[in-house]
Amino acid sequence: MTAIADRGYRTPNALVSTEWVAAHANDANVRIIESNEDTLLYPMGHVPGAVHIDWTSDLNDQVRRDYIEREGFEALMSKIGATPDTTVVFYGDKSNWWACYAFWVFQLFGHTKAHVMDGGRLKWQKEGREWSTDTPSYPATSYQAPARNDSTLRILRDDVIKYQKTGGQFVDVRSPEEYAGTRMHMPEYPNEGAIRGGHIPGAKSVPWAKAINPEDGTFKTAAELTALYVDLNKIDPAKEVVAYCRIGERSSHTWFALTYLLGFEKVRNYDGSWTEWGNLVGVPIEK
Amino acid sequence: MPAYPERLQTLLDVFAGVTDTHERTQLLIDFARKFKDVPADVATRPFSQQHLVKFCESEAYVWAVPNADGTLKLHFAVENPSGVSAKALAAILDKALSGLPAADIARVDAEIVEKLFRQNISMGKGMGLMSMVQSVAALAKRHL
Repeated sequence: MTAIADRGYRTPNALVSTEWVAAHANDANVRIIESNEDTLLYPMGHVPGAVHIDWTSDLNDQVRRDYIEREGFEALMSKIGATPDTTVVFYGDKSNWWACYAFWVFQLFGHTKAHVMDGGRLKWQKEGREWSTDTPSYPATSYQAPARNDSTLRILRDDVIKYQKTGGQFVDVRSPEEYAGTRMHMPEYPNEGAIRGGHIPGAKSVPWAKAINPEDGTFKTAAELTALYVDLNKIDPAKEVVAYCRIGERSSHTWFALTYLLGFEKVRNYDGSWTEWGNLVGVPIEK
Repeated sequence: MPAYPERLQTLLDVFAGVTDTHERTQLLIDFARKFKDVPADVATRPFSQQHLVKFCESEAYVWAVPNADGTLKLHFAVENPSGVSAKALAAILDKALSGLPAADIARVDAEIVEKLFRQNISMGKGMGLMSMVQSVAALAKRHL
């Protein structure tokens, strides 16, 4: 794979390489964060010095279907020893699917000193790099976060309904079978609760994993991504794009690619996604 | 509640007594580390799709080989190197069920997955792990 800087990305420094992470393992201004689907992976071995963030227990409110509020984010950042000046680097399993999700939540709180390690766990492992089972501990910080700002990166139900009525541009990043409504869940995963199958009318189907190179989990080049999203699927970079999946995790990955790698003007993640739209009374679906 | 084989029930009781998330995680990881790949005299790659566990994203395979005394020995393969949970479950099933008669192994059901993994099971992994248990039970039933 070509170097990140040579891939034509709009914001290449949104990604860092495994080499960069290895070189900054002991950098006090950098906090490496692992976020996975499989919670057993981190304790089995992680990038030395990395802390673990679990998307369910650390990023989600435990009562409401929503993300943590400012106080929760401040507590989380304090726990991992991060200040507003700390550069955070996310990586994880499944080609950084969950890492991008955590990255996206961090952006809701304006922590822009953030990167994703290209290739995630898969690339680190394939390169034979060191794994650690030591759980690091960093001195607690006093982190003052702004209130969570959902307005530019996230779109909620009522606005999705309005946007859909205007013929808005949606990208459905689930599997083709989920998009078609022939399957109510992604292949090999359980049905997680939508009463109807299909997609938001007008949505384009671009499964999230098409943005990555499966052999090492790295992102495809800007030219390849442009060919996929713009040329093949006719997604207009100048118009707002709403990405969605099942609960907003896979679509975080696509949001990251469109926003940082291709420089689309306005991309929002609809984290209500199909588990909300597929159950909503009174909204149309398409199969 | 079904009457599980004694060895399995003992293991479930151990897990039931572990309320600390970190301890449960470590216990599961200890099992994952004990995972042993299917020996070459039982199966070699590429494995027969007949032994593939359906719905398991970690591409797991399971075999039940009769012992001389009529009991069964379970073997597993987990092809995804990140399939830690699948490896943990495979090691648990081997420890709890190998060496038992097919009729005893056939009594295992998918409910044990929640009992073992609790908060360590994500929404996505549940079906694959339950399918692994069901595959074991189905294989055992073929030997009845």
